[in-house]
Amino acid sequence: MSGSAPGEPRRLRLAVHKFASCDGCQLQILNLEDELLWLSRRIEIAYFLEWSSRSLEGPYDLALVEGSITTPRDAERIRQVREQTRTLITIGACATAGGIQALRNWADVEEWKRQVYPEPRWLEVLPTSTPISAHVRVDDEIHGCPVNKEQVLRVIVRALLGTRPDLPSHSVCLECKRQGHVCVVVARGLPCMGPVTRAGCGALCPGLARDCYACFGPCDDPNPEALAARFQDLGLGAADRV
Amino acid sequence: MTGAKPAPAQFLARADLQRLLEALRARGYRVMGPVPRDGAVVFDEVRSVDELPRGLREAQEPGRYRLEPNGRDTVFDVVNGPGSLKPYVFAPREKLLQVEPEGRSFRAQELHPDAPKLAVIGVRACDLAALSVQDRIFLEGRYPDSYYAARRRQLFLVAVNCTRSASTCFCVSMATGPEATQGFDLALTEQEWGFLVRAGSALGREVQQALPLTPAPEAALARERTSLETCAATMQRKLETADLPEVLYRNLEHPRWHDVGSRCLSCGNCTMVCPTCFCHDEKDEPLLGEPDEAGVRSVRVREWDSCFNREHAQVYGLNYRPKIEDRYRQWLVHKLASWIDQFGTSGCVGCGRCITWCPVGIDLTEEMRALREPGA
Ligand code: SF4
Ligand code: SF4
Ligand code: SF4
Repeated sequence: MSGSAPGEPRRLRLAVHKFASCDGCQLQILNLEDELLWLSRRIEIAYFLEWSSRSLEGPYDLALVEGSITTPRDAERIRQVREQTRTLITIGACATAGGIQALRNWADVEEWKRQVYPEPRWLEVLPTSTPISAHVRVDDEIHGCPVNKEQVLRVIVRALLGTRPDLPSHSVCLECKRQGHVCVVVARGLPCMGPVTRAGCGALCPGLARDCYACFGPCDDPNPEALAARFQDLGLGAADRV
Repeated sequence: MTGAKPAPAQFLARADLQRLLEALRARGYRVMGPVPRDGAVVFDEVRSVDELPRGLREAQEPGRYRLEPNGRDTVFDVVNGPGSLKPYVFAPREKLLQVEPEGRSFRAQELHPDAPKLAVIGVRACDLAALSVQDRIFLEGRYPDSYYAARRRQLFLVAVNCTRSASTCFCVSMATGPEATQGFDLALTEQEWGFLVRAGSALGREVQQALPLTPAPEAALARERTSLETCAATMQRKLETADLPEVLYRNLEHPRWHDVGSRCLSCGNCTMVCPTCFCHDEKDEPLLGEPDEAGVRSVRVREWDSCFNREHAQVYGLNYRPKIEDRYRQWLVHKLASWIDQFGTSGCVGCGRCITWCPVGIDLTEEMRALREPGA
């Protein structure tokens, strides 16, 4: 099934896959309400269980992948996704970095299982939570927790044009200053993570006089040691820093 | 604006400052001025003098800025904040062109900026100096920037002479302040009972005539001289300029670059707040949404960029400033040295913003001092 009306160009087949994650990034795609209406003339949503239980067989032109790899089954499934996909783009902190569930990478998972579940033997999980890129080739990444829906839209449109996404890799500070926000480190002594965090959110928190807490992960070439030293001067103890 | 010598000062009573705002609005200007917001004084629209930072001054040091009461009835005692004139002439983000298909080719159409008449009150001598630096960059030479020019034409500038300086200021070293001597339409000096007013342009004289002014008393003029001289004489920060640019060219391999590179976040704040920094990125963005059918048309966007972004130095297959120390060196050497070769003027006017608004308080005057010491 091609899903295109005669005379129109073939629609791009989009798949959205979920691994270990909270679904928040998929919700950001669904939040593109107005845009999805006109986008549906150019893209066919072939597989997106959060959108519809009706799904179409691969192959897919573009896959957006949410979530990290935490089970042997998922490790196998992501390989199948890769085989069926021309362009694979990961979305969100779980898929790009392992997510909050990657805290287990520094702990004993067997111990945690025993503490949480009455029958831990039924759980089949990997000792680590790893980003998609640790398992298969990833064409591009959209950062954020959750992702910014405008960035998702730009990436989809770029895929329609056959070009690479053009997302910023610099610090949040640039976005913050371009919008004329007053720096909360300098004017309030707050421990803002903006200088080491990737731009993309539009400096939401500093715009509300709050310190950034790094949803978009590290920016290109950050200097966290220098920022940690500054936070120490501001009175943050070693225990507050990770 | 003309280079004419400022007219003799006249006196505007404190209670009549609102008349200045009204005179400007009556001439079609949107009036911007210093207002306290989120813990700092920034430029924003002012409708009433009550919105000005009354009875406030600021304490600035490297990486720190706090507003505090000054116990007086002033409105212009806050020297500066993170904002300058830069965003009013060189927009943080703007659309330059729209490109659409035409037959088998394409058509690019210039998108002219909407540039309303803008009056800015409370501009400092260093801000005027920075504007003249930006004028050279954007307006002189073979390719004047029409977007900058459109906004620049519409500016009416009301300068305020500095009678106190922040600890981060060093305009005396850069010969740009504390007194505004050029580039303004009107200049004010704030005193206890009111303001000494001078016109610096024909337009300024016209506005001046709409104000209830009286001849300035001799005593007020004498007090003004003293306060400006005291401000200059007590300025804490200094930057030696006699050996620029050579001192930097001689020290391109100084170990201090590595040291500052370990402290610098490469966050770009210094370049964002600097009133002369002009680096920008230009990119084509597909126009989204109906009826554009995603990607048929595109716009070329220009936005503030920074030499502190590693991507800024990325060329095909190579990055020529891969380390933070490379980028800090690029910034400082351009600002204080190669800018002179390029534009015939220093890129620094001594406003101190990059010192205060650096989240880790890196101070270029301190770095320069260290770069003059023999390296270890
Ligand atoms: S508030 Fe945070 S993001 Fe904004 S300039 Fe300051 S450090 Fe950077
Ligand atoms: S380099 Fe710093 S002190 Fe000099 S003009 Fe720029 S912001 Fe002001
Ligand atoms: S000097 Fe300061 S403001 Fe500039 S990039 Fe380095 S840390 Fe950021």
